[in-house]
Amino acid sequence: MSQANAAPAVIAQRRWKRPPVLVLVSFAAIGLLVLIAVFADLLAPYGYRDQALLNRLAAPVFLGGSWDHVLGTDQLGRDLLSRLLYAIRFSLSIAFLGTIIGAILGTFLGLLAASLRGWTGETIMMMVDVQASLPFMILALAVLAFFGNNLTLFVLVIGINGWEVYARLARGAALSVRARGYAQAIYAFGASEWRLYLRHVLPNIAAVLIVQFTLNFPQTILLETSLSFLGLGVQPPLTSLGQMLGDGRNYLLTAWWMAVLPGAVTFIATLSVSLIGDWLRDRLDPTLAD
Amino acid sequence: MRFMTLSVVLIKLVRAFITIWIVASFAFVILSLTGDPVEILAGDDAPLEVQRYYEQKYGFDKPVWEQYLNYLGSLARGDFGISLSDETPALDLVLEAIPATLQLGFAALVFALVVGGILGTLAALHRNSWLDRAIMSVAVFGYSIPNFFFGIVLILVFAMVYRLLPSSGSGTWAHLVLPTVTLGTHLAATIARFMRSSVLEVLNQPYVRAAKAKGVPELQRLARHILPNAAIPVVTILGFRLGDIVAGSIIVETVFAWPGMGRMLVGAVTSRDLAVVQAILVLTAFTMVLANLLVDFLYGFLDPRVAEASDTRRRAGR
Repeated sequence: MSQANAAPAVIAQRRWKRPPVLVLVSFAAIGLLVLIAVFADLLAPYGYRDQALLNRLAAPVFLGGSWDHVLGTDQLGRDLLSRLLYAIRFSLSIAFLGTIIGAILGTFLGLLAASLRGWTGETIMMMVDVQASLPFMILALAVLAFFGNNLTLFVLVIGINGWEVYARLARGAALSVRARGYAQAIYAFGASEWRLYLRHVLPNIAAVLIVQFTLNFPQTILLETSLSFLGLGVQPPLTSLGQMLGDGRNYLLTAWWMAVLPGAVTFIATLSVSLIGDWLRDRLDPTLAD
Repeated sequence: MRFMTLSVVLIKLVRAFITIWIVASFAFVILSLTGDPVEILAGDDAPLEVQRYYEQKYGFDKPVWEQYLNYLGSLARGDFGISLSDETPALDLVLEAIPATLQLGFAALVFALVVGGILGTLAALHRNSWLDRAIMSVAVFGYSIPNFFFGIVLILVFAMVYRLLPSSGSGTWAHLVLPTVTLGTHLAATIARFMRSSVLEVLNQPYVRAAKAKGVPELQRLARHILPNAAIPVVTILGFRLGDIVAGSIIVETVFAWPGMGRMLVGAVTSRDLAVVQAILVLTAFTMVLANLLVDFLYGFLDPRVAEASDTRRRAGR
């Protein structure tokens, strides 16, 4: 008995390889960003809405500014460091929430499509094709144009992004599991189809779904920052990385750091999550590797 | 060479048609959900006669199913309604902006194909060398840099610090450079990654080794045996990534004040010019579906083995 238990552990140990340095750095960067997002109100020296109109567009410390505003101030005299910290919080939260909504919605619809073959299933898969054939950005812009913008709607719109990939993954896995012998056995014991999906299919595809989640997350960050950059996402007085960059764009000549700082943070976030996602994918599913 | 069977072509056409129909219906549904379209068209403080006029003109006094049929009918005739901002047909406005978008999109596509193709091939031919690692690192950067940030950095460096290129507008070839690079970089990085793995796979094929054994010179092997076969999966992902170009052009056109459809869409969304938004939505869906169909057929033509297995295309896009 003990020997039988030991064997898988040995295999697991042999498989474990230290991740590349770049991936470790990415983990550190994401960890730091998450900490900032959680503790933004403790870390920020000023409120993100506090204006000081007499002290507009102050230079950051590394360009000869004062230590009162480490990263300088923006066009309304708001402390850029504080705004950046809060923007990290808002952007990461919205992206995280959106990615989760997409994952749950997509997985559910995929399983539904697998369980209800025939017209309903076909309709869902048709929607998948429609979503995959049209750039989501345009759909998102259309919805925001028709309904006007508010935060709840914006998060929902962000959440719908990417559901089709989860739907395909979940449906494919459900269909393939259902054809196996053990699934037939579980049926024979009288289990319902949904029990089969939740107890046996989902755990089997959890790894793939998690990888998809990490691959989808940077896309969601980009969607949010892009829309906010265009002025169609997060609205003032709330702030987001994209919105800060959009503001800073108008002051490139006089205060280039206003645009470059939030842009660089966005870049670091998407780059780190992408690197982690690629690494996870290669580890968990070598057949998908480039 | 065997081409796709007629039934496969027919199924693809029907699916394409249904996709466009769904998008058009989606636009109709959310347009009806937004509230009274008369108010949106005429403004909510418009006099009652004006509201009546619009009501009759667009048939809002009729039952919903009749409105829906009329709507589909007018779309089929190319009538997308009147733009709010300057009273011209929305379609005319959008059509005016399309050439600029096509020019930029095409330039970005060529840039991505040339740069991505060359870098990917180089990386594969020098596998595991410093060159390979350098190219792939650059590709990771190009793949994850947000295009609005990249565009702004390019403006800062090339238009403000070194004053080599114009930062915005259109007209000359110099105006095209920065937007093209910004828009094409993401796709170039994607293509480089695919091209590398694709070339590596082809290099191991018996026919390439046979050509080498036969004494075919390297360049000729590359041009005749390796690249045509390695190009197949790249063509496949082009179909998928076309959407990225369209989505990217919205941002890039706004950053560089490029007078195309993307910037028009942003403006229309901001001012809630619904007719223009709807026209762009339906036209983009139409173009994308058409492009995907073309890629489908092109793929079947390049690689007859998979002409009927449409799932291969899907898998290759992941």
